[in-house]
Amino acid sequence: MLDDFMVRASIAGVGVALIAAPLGCFVVWRRMAYFGEATAHAAMLGIAIALSLEIPIFAGTLVAALLMALTVTQLSGRSLATDTLLGVTAHGGLALGLVVASFLSGVRIDLMAYLFGDILAVTRVDLLLILIGFLAVILLMYWRWSKMLISTLNEELAYSNGINPIREKFFLTISLAITVAVSIKVVGLLLISALLIIPAAASRTFSRTPEEMVIITAIIGVISAISGLQFSYLFNTPPGPSIVCVSLAIFLILSSIRPLRSN
Amino acid sequence: MKLLSTNNISVKYGSNVVLRDVSLDINEGEITTIVGPNGSGKTTLVKTIIGAVTPFTGSISLTENLRIGYIPQRLSIDYTLPMTVQRFLNLSHKISKEDCISILRTAGVPDLLKTQMSNLSGGQFQRVLLAGALQGSPQILILDEASQGLDQAGSAAFYKQIESVRNEKGCAVLMISHDLHVVMSASDKVICMNGHICCSGKPEAVANMPEYHGLFGAGTEGTLALYRHIHDHDHDNLRKFKH
Repeated sequence: MLDDFMVRASIAGVGVALIAAPLGCFVVWRRMAYFGEATAHAAMLGIAIALSLEIPIFAGTLVAALLMALTVTQLSGRSLATDTLLGVTAHGGLALGLVVASFLSGVRIDLMAYLFGDILAVTRVDLLLILIGFLAVILLMYWRWSKMLISTLNEELAYSNGINPIREKFFLTISLAITVAVSIKVVGLLLISALLIIPAAASRTFSRTPEEMVIITAIIGVISAISGLQFSYLFNTPPGPSIVCVSLAIFLILSSIRPLRSN
Repeated sequence: MKLLSTNNISVKYGSNVVLRDVSLDINEGEITTIVGPNGSGKTTLVKTIIGAVTPFTGSISLTENLRIGYIPQRLSIDYTLPMTVQRFLNLSHKISKEDCISILRTAGVPDLLKTQMSNLSGGQFQRVLLAGALQGSPQILILDEASQGLDQAGSAAFYKQIESVRNEKGCAVLMISHDLHVVMSASDKVICMNGHICCSGKPEAVANMPEYHGLFGAGTEGTLALYRHIHDHDHDNLRKFKH
């Protein structure tokens, strides 16, 4: 069954959609949209370094995304606003990564695959990595869920409950880095942010609790992944952007029926 | 019985000392109110007590397994985060629906179980926060200017609610307030702060102390004096920070 590239692509797409659901919700709740994007962009530097050191791309992106996230967390609130800092590090990391990659002689790099994903070329090893990433993120989320939720609500409230919100933020950062690292193959680093935010934004109006929102986000993500791939197969469009376009369409449809519901 | 005490704690933000040698005791069932001008370290003191800020000298001792119910100064639940009142009350640990209704009744808002947090009015919201703080049957309730954003009548009603909760549950209350007249009528003990503890004691006694008049102006217990004070008081070595 795994011999069929469309089957592998579908499994990868669904897996990434499921990983992105809880993270996407946190990104929306904590207003971290730009943070997610910066983490993803910094992964380009990780890719370039991984290629030059001949270590697995997955490891390179994971480390780069993590370092990026931790650096921003450390530096924010000093002399620059967080969004400025993210702008500097995100695009700095992306540019630096592209320059480093251009020095790599002898290696033929398909930049488009990293920027926009290459889901049809997903291998069994990639699937295994997605599975590991999925298990890691889901376990982390399950373990820290209410602590992360209270920290998201209010830091002092967290402290008074004996929760350290800085530690919870760190766990969230690790989860985000894992998500970025496994998603690059599927949608590419330029569109990871869309994968995180759009399904979560679409599900907001239809959920009453945080948990409901995660479940609805996951459903929208899975539908987007499968139909995006089918669309891409039928009309010969790039698969990563097609997946994002389907979730955009779902977002637009759900947003337009919102006024009906609230009346 | 003593629930918690701070022993000569001092707190620095960067190189600015915002709290100097603060020592206080909170006893069971007692309502203690902290008053003081903006930037006097009230919020920092409360943050230090709940463990969000670490003092650079001094120590805080809590009774073993002290259960704290905390109501933050400003908690805005973002519209992006869907949350019913019932789910909010189950955040730190699960309680039954009956218990939810019962603490909501204690807090004065029994019918809001299924309402979205982002749709509550200011007064309802503060009462739901109070219910949330009551969730773990706290021995002490800590409120950081919890009536902020409520009008005079709303805030008076809110403090009345706090008093009735204290009478019903027997928990101690530590609160920061700007409403001097409310404070003076509803507290067992008042602490006047300005980077350090200027004076403290029973409200009637504090109202006659020279330190209190120095802070809030003589012959008044209104809030006007408090604001006038902010502009003429010297804050040399105190960093003004936002509440």
